[in-house]
Amino acid sequence: MLELRRLLPYLVRYKGRVALGMLCLLLGKAASVLEPQVLRMTVDDLTVSVTAGKLLFYSGLIVAIALVDGFFRFWMRRLLIGVSRYVEFDLRNDFYAHLQRMSPSFFHRWRTGDLMSRATNDISAVRMVLGPGIMYPIETGVITIAALGFMLAIHLELTVVALAAMPFVSIAVKMFGAVIHKRFERIQAKMSDITAMVQENLSGVRVVKAYAQEGPEQEKFEEENREYFRENLELARLWGAFYPLLAVLIGVGSALVLWWGGRLVVNQEISLGQLVAFIAYLSMLTWPMIAFGWVVNIYQRGAASMRRLAAVMDESPELADAPDARTDVPWEGRVEFRNVSFRYNGTEVLNDINLVIEAGKTLAIVGRTGAGKSTLVSLVPRLYDVSAGQVLVDGIDVRKLPLADLRQSIGFVSQDSFLFSESLRDNISFGRKGSSLEEVARVADIAGLGTDVSDFPLQYDTMVGERGITLSGGQKQRTSIARALLIEPRILILDDALSSVDTETEERILSQLRGVIRNRTALLVSHRVSTIKDADVIVVLEDGRIVEQGTHQSLVEQQGLYAALYRKQLLEEELERI
Amino acid sequence: MPDYHEEELLGKAYDGRLMARLLTYLGPYRASVVAAFFLILASSVLNLVGPYLTKVAIDDYIAQGDLAGLKLIAGLYVLALLVQFVLSYLQVYVMNLTGQRIMFDMRREIFGHLQKLHPAFFDRNPVGRLVTRVTADVDALNELFTSGVVTVFGDIFMLVGIMVVLISLNWKLALVSFAVLPPLFAVSLVFKKRVRETYRRVRTRIARINAFNQESITGMEVVQLFRQEPRKFVQFSKLNREHMDANLDSILYYALFYPTVELLGATAIALIIWYGGGQILTGGLTLGALVAFIQYSERFYRPIADLTEKLNILQSAMASSERIFKLLDTEPAIIDAPRERRPVRLEGRIEFQGVWFSYQSYGDRQEPNWILKDINLQIEPGERIAVVGHTGAGKTTLTSLLLRFYDVQKGQVLLDGVDLREWNLSELRRQFGIVLQDVHLFSGTIASNIRLGSPNISDRDIAEAAANVHLDRFVARLPRGLDEEVGERGSSLSAGQKQLISFARALAHDPRVLILDEATSSVDTETELLIREALERLMVGRTSIVIAHRLSTVQKADRIVVLHKGSIREVGTHQDLLAQRGIYYRLYQLQYQDQEVTLSTDTLTPAERADSHR
Repeated sequence: MLELRRLLPYLVRYKGRVALGMLCLLLGKAASVLEPQVLRMTVDDLTVSVTAGKLLFYSGLIVAIALVDGFFRFWMRRLLIGVSRYVEFDLRNDFYAHLQRMSPSFFHRWRTGDLMSRATNDISAVRMVLGPGIMYPIETGVITIAALGFMLAIHLELTVVALAAMPFVSIAVKMFGAVIHKRFERIQAKMSDITAMVQENLSGVRVVKAYAQEGPEQEKFEEENREYFRENLELARLWGAFYPLLAVLIGVGSALVLWWGGRLVVNQEISLGQLVAFIAYLSMLTWPMIAFGWVVNIYQRGAASMRRLAAVMDESPELADAPDARTDVPWEGRVEFRNVSFRYNGTEVLNDINLVIEAGKTLAIVGRTGAGKSTLVSLVPRLYDVSAGQVLVDGIDVRKLPLADLRQSIGFVSQDSFLFSESLRDNISFGRKGSSLEEVARVADIAGLGTDVSDFPLQYDTMVGERGITLSGGQKQRTSIARALLIEPRILILDDALSSVDTETEERILSQLRGVIRNRTALLVSHRVSTIKDADVIVVLEDGRIVEQGTHQSLVEQQGLYAALYRKQLLEEELERI
Repeated sequence: MPDYHEEELLGKAYDGRLMARLLTYLGPYRASVVAAFFLILASSVLNLVGPYLTKVAIDDYIAQGDLAGLKLIAGLYVLALLVQFVLSYLQVYVMNLTGQRIMFDMRREIFGHLQKLHPAFFDRNPVGRLVTRVTADVDALNELFTSGVVTVFGDIFMLVGIMVVLISLNWKLALVSFAVLPPLFAVSLVFKKRVRETYRRVRTRIARINAFNQESITGMEVVQLFRQEPRKFVQFSKLNREHMDANLDSILYYALFYPTVELLGATAIALIIWYGGGQILTGGLTLGALVAFIQYSERFYRPIADLTEKLNILQSAMASSERIFKLLDTEPAIIDAPRERRPVRLEGRIEFQGVWFSYQSYGDRQEPNWILKDINLQIEPGERIAVVGHTGAGKTTLTSLLLRFYDVQKGQVLLDGVDLREWNLSELRRQFGIVLQDVHLFSGTIASNIRLGSPNISDRDIAEAAANVHLDRFVARLPRGLDEEVGERGSSLSAGQKQLISFARALAHDPRVLILDEATSSVDTETELLIREALERLMVGRTSIVIAHRLSTVQKADRIVVLHKGSIREVGTHQDLLAQRGIYYRLYQLQYQDQEVTLSTDTLTPAERADSHR
């Protein structure tokens, strides 16, 4: 339960509303506990004699009490439950803002679905603690104290008799609660077995079919299904007894009151009106007893969810601005890797990389899959920080640069070219909102997207994704290139950004890009030699090290890895043409 | 953000057609349903006993000072409570039993249906979504059966019962106290409508939050690189606020509704006191009856207020059943022929005759995007065929057609001269042993992954198969041998070990035709040699079709089929094709030539190998 303390600062923000809500709660309850008193007076007066006018007065009193009670209950709900919604809102905003500060490695560790479920389901569970979880226990407490007070005032012994069954109610709730909880967990575990089995079956559907295993798989499923059925029935056997048992225990209290209280009336120790009022108070206590278990459940679930939220919120962002961040940067675009090594999850990805790219020059990186090419370029915009050595931009360690300014000056196009489900125009102008349509069209043309767009029915207003058109892999890549070009970066990084584009289109785009790249620093990663032939420097990475370095001509002459790659490239192109 | 829009939105609150179909599932359990019905009827009646006994106690015994009679009444009360306990326990149990049985039947039906569906269906429908059908959606229906439907009947019985008792006690006073019923129903109806609307709004907005989160979490890198965090945060916060606003509206309705119901209840009590009290004065009503009236009227309002809760259960059950039925109504596209053939003793001759295939369905006006174009190929029994080609040439598709994962659009595929579509489907597939690039392991032991569900494979067969593919060396190192658990999806095994397990699986099933998609993942030299030998043994005496990634495989094949852009372009042996200097020649240089180096070191002795590394 200690986890829930983290919610206090959020609640403090709304302390006025909470206090006011509590006040309404108290006032409302104060009114409602008076109702049995009116009943008492009515019944007592009726046993003796009463005027029609007095009856009308009592009726009016009942309605008046309900009005006052209703008024305060209305505000209590709006204030107290409302606060829980405000805190939910704040909490969810904070959660999202926290996610925005996390680096890629965080998102590798956490599955998207998991984070999403924390942002909705878990925050909802925590919200329940703040709303009903606060309102009901206090309401219950107030009613219990008030009703007990009135009952004691009527007759001490009768109160003791009436509540004789109550300890059993608590014991029953507790015992059942524990066993039911355990059974329930077993059911949950069985459910996840079923889920896992179905998941496994469906993802292996081809093996199942190829080996004609539908029958045996069905049997396997039925076994799990039957066990789940059995577990559920065991729970029902217990659970079915729970509420009826509570009803019996509480009912026995009423029966006892009727018997013992009736005797007291006959013996003239209390009046009939007092007995009626007493029974009314007793029924006021019933619901809180039943709700008790429910509230406990809310707290348990809330605490568990809070723990799950804390697990995310306690992860500190790995990349943050240094306190002594430099602002006096010329932003010319000279990039240097100095003795750079990088380890990820204990594996060495880059090893002692030394490389200088002068401002305005083009560097190309080639190598096999897994050689470390993407990692190397992602160190520049600080998607990751180096494990050893330094990455410098214009002679300053990137960790000493303000992160926002650093990324401002870099246009980064990654392999998977992620687009948002917005219009094409919104996607291209993602980094610079409010760009004119001309600007958008200009960069789209450079990226070789212009002609495709003119075929779309809504041109640049065409929606991308689920609710719009599905772009081909090549179109996506070109869109993300346009997106990077629009921010006019000093440093342009293309991480295998033309892999899904056919060779002809690639040639066309490259020749247009050359004009843009001329006065910028460019880092190109490619598995196609044609993309990078004209680069000022070409490096070949192998197992995280630079194994060859030079120009296209000199590397071909070396007859090493680069030359082999180039030969294969030519072969592939030949195959493509056949 | 794929599913969220579709999945989270709710349909109609009530759909007669869906309900009728749902009720058919109750059919086999008619007796239990009827029993539960009478049980709830009886326990609702007993629920009414308390206030009536109070009336009798006050009027007949307390007023007369009859203590013995009072004791009797209290005793009766307790007895009624005990009977009610038994009845309602039975009712809950019977209803749960029935509900669980129905859920069991439904799960079985859904899973069974999924087993019949064609692979193309699974290409289109994400596994996670289908799993939900079997699990969460069925559970939503369970609530409808166990708590929703029946308790509504219970509530109705109780309301009717109270009305009957009140009328028999004093019909005039009863009518007076019923005066609050019309406004109560009106208020409930308005509230129901409002709450349903806000409920729908809340659900839609949480779906939007989910969709937004999914997109921005997957695209977080882009957001950060382009420094759009503030803008995205504003967008998120707006969705979050809309969600909150919908909830605040819902709070407003609840905050209005409950006090209004209470106020109407208090009005009823006030009416009873005013009118009933007047009647007592004239002797038309007893004091006990007045008290009973007040107690009954308190029990009157809760069920009406609870109806909205039930409505939510109904609504989500309708949405779930719609999704379930939609799945159940999907017809399997690949089914047995009406007069199917069963193979007796197959030879294993395979023939592709003018086969054209595209993954797009028919009906598209435009020319489909053909993956295979006019494939003609005859494979003799016992022949070894290596299929080679560049990525996307159609190699995997070719083998999928053999297993009838898909049906061809033009031409036909024949096994022993009979069109595949005429064979009995599972018998047909039984003739093939398939080893896929990605080895799929089921949770269980190594042995159970070799046997799968085939009962005719003995433990000895498994051990033999394991030994034959050299899995035994690795297994011997495990504490429990073949009975070792493989762990979640084989996470504890290396790629090579998984390969060997899938070889053993294919071998144990002793297929006529072996279809093998060689894995491209690299393994260490020792495992590579084991795999190569295991492959040899696997292919002995069977027709085999191998999508080849190993030089050794292509070299030993009887014929190499070169697929290029969906067509067979070259057929021949390794030497022939190399000599042609065509597509294969280039493919060889691209994919296989590098392996020559490793191959030559493999033939060296360990000492020499060590030498060559220096």
